[in-house]
Amino acid sequence: MEPLALYIHWPFCLAKCPYCDFNSHVRERIDQHRFAAALRAELAWEAARLGRRPMASIFFGGGTPSLMDAQTVADLIEDARRLFDPLPDLEITLEANPTSVEAARLAAFRQAGVNRISLGVQSLKAESLTMLGRQHSADQAIAALERARKIFPRVSFDLIYARPGQSEAAWRAELRQALALASDHLSLYQLTIEPGTAFFTSHARGDIVLPDDDTAAALYDATAEEAGKFGLLPYEVSNYARPGSESRHNLAYWRYGDYAGIGPGAHGRVSVDGALLATRRHRAPEPWAERVERDGHGSTDEVPVASDERAREMLLMGLRLTEGIDEARFFTRTGIHLDAALDADILARALEADYLARDNGCLRATPEGRKRLDSLLGALVA
Amino acid sequence: MTDTPLDHIRNFAIIAHIDHGKSTLADRLIQATGGLSAREMTEQVLDSMELEKERGITIKAQTVRLTYQAKNGQTYVLNLMDTPGHVDFAYEVSRSLAACEGSLLVVDASQGVEAQTLANVYQAIEANHEIVPVLNKIDLPAAEPDRVKQQIEDVIGLDASDAVMISAKTGLNIEGVLEALVHRLPPPKGDAKAPLTALLVDSWYDQYLGVVILVRVKDGRLKRGQRIRMMAKGSVHTVDQVGVFTPRMIPTDDLGPGEMGYITAAIKTVADCNVGDTITDDRVPATQALPGFKPSIPVVWCGLYPVDADDFEKLRESLGKLRLNDASFHYEAETSAALGFGFRCGFLGLLHLEIIQERLSREFDLDLIATAPSVVYRVHRTNGTSEELHNPADMPDPSVIDHIEEPWIKATIMVPDDYLGAVLTLCNDRRGQQADLTYVGNRAMAVYRLPLNEVVFDFYDRLKSVSRGYASFDYQMDGYADSELVRISILVNGDPVDALSFIAHRSAAEARGRSICAKLKDLIPKQLFKIAIQAAIGSRVIARETISALSKDVTAKCYGGDISRKRKLLEKQKEGKKRMRQFGKVEIPQSAFLAALKMDA
Ligand SMILES: Nc1nc2c(ncn2[C@@H]2O[C@H](COP(=O)(O)OP(=O)(O)OP(=O)(O)O)[C@@H](O)[C@H]2O)c(=O)[nH]1
Ligand SMILES: C[S@@+](CC[C@H](N)C(=O)[O-])C[C@H]1O[C@@H](n2cnc3c(N)ncnc32)[C@H](O)[C@@H]1O
Ligand code: SF4
Ligand SMILES: [Mg+2]
Repeated sequence: MEPLALYIHWPFCLAKCPYCDFNSHVRERIDQHRFAAALRAELAWEAARLGRRPMASIFFGGGTPSLMDAQTVADLIEDARRLFDPLPDLEITLEANPTSVEAARLAAFRQAGVNRISLGVQSLKAESLTMLGRQHSADQAIAALERARKIFPRVSFDLIYARPGQSEAAWRAELRQALALASDHLSLYQLTIEPGTAFFTSHARGDIVLPDDDTAAALYDATAEEAGKFGLLPYEVSNYARPGSESRHNLAYWRYGDYAGIGPGAHGRVSVDGALLATRRHRAPEPWAERVERDGHGSTDEVPVASDERAREMLLMGLRLTEGIDEARFFTRTGIHLDAALDADILARALEADYLARDNGCLRATPEGRKRLDSLLGALVA
Repeated sequence: MTDTPLDHIRNFAIIAHIDHGKSTLADRLIQATGGLSAREMTEQVLDSMELEKERGITIKAQTVRLTYQAKNGQTYVLNLMDTPGHVDFAYEVSRSLAACEGSLLVVDASQGVEAQTLANVYQAIEANHEIVPVLNKIDLPAAEPDRVKQQIEDVIGLDASDAVMISAKTGLNIEGVLEALVHRLPPPKGDAKAPLTALLVDSWYDQYLGVVILVRVKDGRLKRGQRIRMMAKGSVHTVDQVGVFTPRMIPTDDLGPGEMGYITAAIKTVADCNVGDTITDDRVPATQALPGFKPSIPVVWCGLYPVDADDFEKLRESLGKLRLNDASFHYEAETSAALGFGFRCGFLGLLHLEIIQERLSREFDLDLIATAPSVVYRVHRTNGTSEELHNPADMPDPSVIDHIEEPWIKATIMVPDDYLGAVLTLCNDRRGQQADLTYVGNRAMAVYRLPLNEVVFDFYDRLKSVSRGYASFDYQMDGYADSELVRISILVNGDPVDALSFIAHRSAAEARGRSICAKLKDLIPKQLFKIAIQAAIGSRVIARETISALSKDVTAKCYGGDISRKRKLLEKQKEGKKRMRQFGKVEIPQSAFLAALKMDA
């Protein structure tokens, strides 16, 4: 049976960052007890319908889960351990924002059972942090990072680059500084303008101008080069790790494994009675909680994912990984042979153009292919 | 309502060079006779098509029936036809002229006689029209009515001493125009007792009424319920509705001799409706049909293909409906290796082509690809046979061609002295041969022979630009002549794209090949794989460009979240792709086809 990856969503933040389209909300006051109870209730409901099964990872994401009471985190971990069969090396990650308040609570999260922390540093430059609307300074972020490294066995942090006006030299310098602070994992995202964000409007008005494609490509190549010098290798489009230190939880998504999503707006893909269900929860926090209180869960709709849809989803996720897609596993998960899911002609041309490579029963995108993955997928999927 | 005695009817067309104020004068005449209330009035109210309003030009001729109480106390019916000024819509003018006995020749008093003034007035003279010169825009400080009157007499040979001086814009002396219509134009002739003959002047498709026909009754009466016969076509229909335009459609019981109006007759097939046909009574048919119209001869052809191959039938139907409303436009089915099923369409010029394409997309909601426009060549084979070539893709192998002829035109260009040099240079660059150069005051009139091929693409735009808008231009076909012509094919990733191939004079071939490759490089967005673009004559490559692969296109963050949404985006992208046409596995945007062929100087 596929081991489970468990995602738990905390939908609140201190402020809404202008680039962010995650399901995050700002509230004057948060009823911690109510949301803790609702998360625990929904977890119990999900576990009841899934039945006992092995569990490989838990991920507290957001929003800003470092704003949760440590006790809630502890309770949820304990519940999950009891309801599922945790694998011996169970990975438990929590996303944290590096403000001083949150940094002060890191030890409590460790106490609760969290063994991996992911800090949203975003930038080490004061003016960029302001531009990104962050609530912390670079010094606070560095302090939080140093503290986290003392407390957690595994620490990762996020940076956003390819920011307006950022030169390659400036980014290389900032990245080198970050790499010196890093342990064994980094997430390095190019800034994306998402619909429904403040940046979207500024961008449409021309107030924000992103680097053009050629510059973005150069920045991307520079990133891999710098990270490589520190032994961090790209294992996914935007993720870099020392071999063996990859985020196991996120790997489950990209390998198209089973994952359950608890909390407002959380999505899941879970095998139930031989079908793969796509699950989705109410997005708005309060109505979600009301549903849970009334029905025991906040699920909106659950639909089985058809075989051809599974094939497309697995391609979409799997080709992001450096390791690519295992052909045998592709067939097991989708019921379709890899070749039948691909446009043969584009496959041949992409292999020839060195965008794709195929060996040892795996199909993978090369670095050049990964850089153009959206277009490649658009052409490649049959 | 239409028992008007013949001597109280006047039928007239308003003719002029582009923008000299025909439609504005029509507005004033409608207003002065109370056809529309002030509230219903808009500027150039007869330009009812969205495209006409946007571009400020008349494309379709329009008819209005006005009732005017003259100073002599009598009430007259005035049937007005507003016509387009642009040379590409000359067929509209010629048909309107055939339906009338007189013309108002409008001349802009600040600009004077222009190329289209001449072209239109000659047509009116040929149609035996009585012509009343009208000097418009005398409100403008730059107006020089006396000079322009003199010009009308010198260049056209019309007596301009009692030309009507007006401002259509301010409404000055509209009364003078109305009185001139009544007293200077002849009434129509006709016989109410004779068998019905009515000229089919125009037709169009109305969503509610079906096919509507514009008629001019010569003899007899056209009544509701009557069985009518199209004399040339032979089809028989029953008249549903008869009426007139005020310009609103107002039903009447019948239309008497000398009148203009519309009928509907449950006509299903567009083919039953040919402009120029004579409508008669099926039971008491006339023996002799009316003269009808000379068919229009398209000078530019291009292929029109649906972007979505499934729209082929819809395109066929839409072309039928459009053709009903534009007899100067021709089409026949054809196939292309790259584009599949479509139509080869003939036009009177590039503006006409553009307008038809726009109308198809707006009025019929079609996405189209237009292939490179081409004139009609005559190919003579070594085996003695010859053929007309409308499509560069059909050009036979050079080894079987003995020689090719291309069409020439005689162009009349009027331009102020200051810009003459630039205009002559343009004509010479386009292989022109000067036939005449005369002066009318400080304006030069140059007559040139030019290969049509050199004119259709962008000559008019260039002429306007080198003369800062002051030059005017008209042309007539002027026979064929031998020429050194070659076909240039465009290859995308090594595959010839027949829709982009074109024919050019050997001397210009390399330059045009290079310019098209360079343009395509700008017009085709970077794609997943790099793209090679080549221009070739036969197997000899004369120009090449490479479009490099796009450098980066990947979603930065993508985890647990909503993969269903990402998958659906991908599926939509896929669907869109399926409907896109590929050339050598490359997506070429629709806009590239026509744009690529507009050559620059
Ligand atoms: N100053 C001034 N402008 C005028 C007068 N009559 C027309 N115009 C302007 O001239 C322009 C062209 O007028 P139209 O009536 O559209 O000309 P047209 O002859 O119908 O043009 P086409 O149908 O495209 O050939 C418009 O901007 C009018 O407002 C006039 O008497 N005085
Ligand atoms: C769930 S989010 C936020 C986690 C946490 N609340 C924080 O802000 O640090 C995870 C990461 O996605 C990245 N991210 C969010 N929006 C982005 C955008 N529009 N473009 C690029 N990266 C983005 C940020 O690096 C962020 O840390
Ligand atoms: S980036 Fe993080 S802190 Fe900012 S709004 Fe999004 S989830 Fe909240
Ligand atoms: Mg007009």
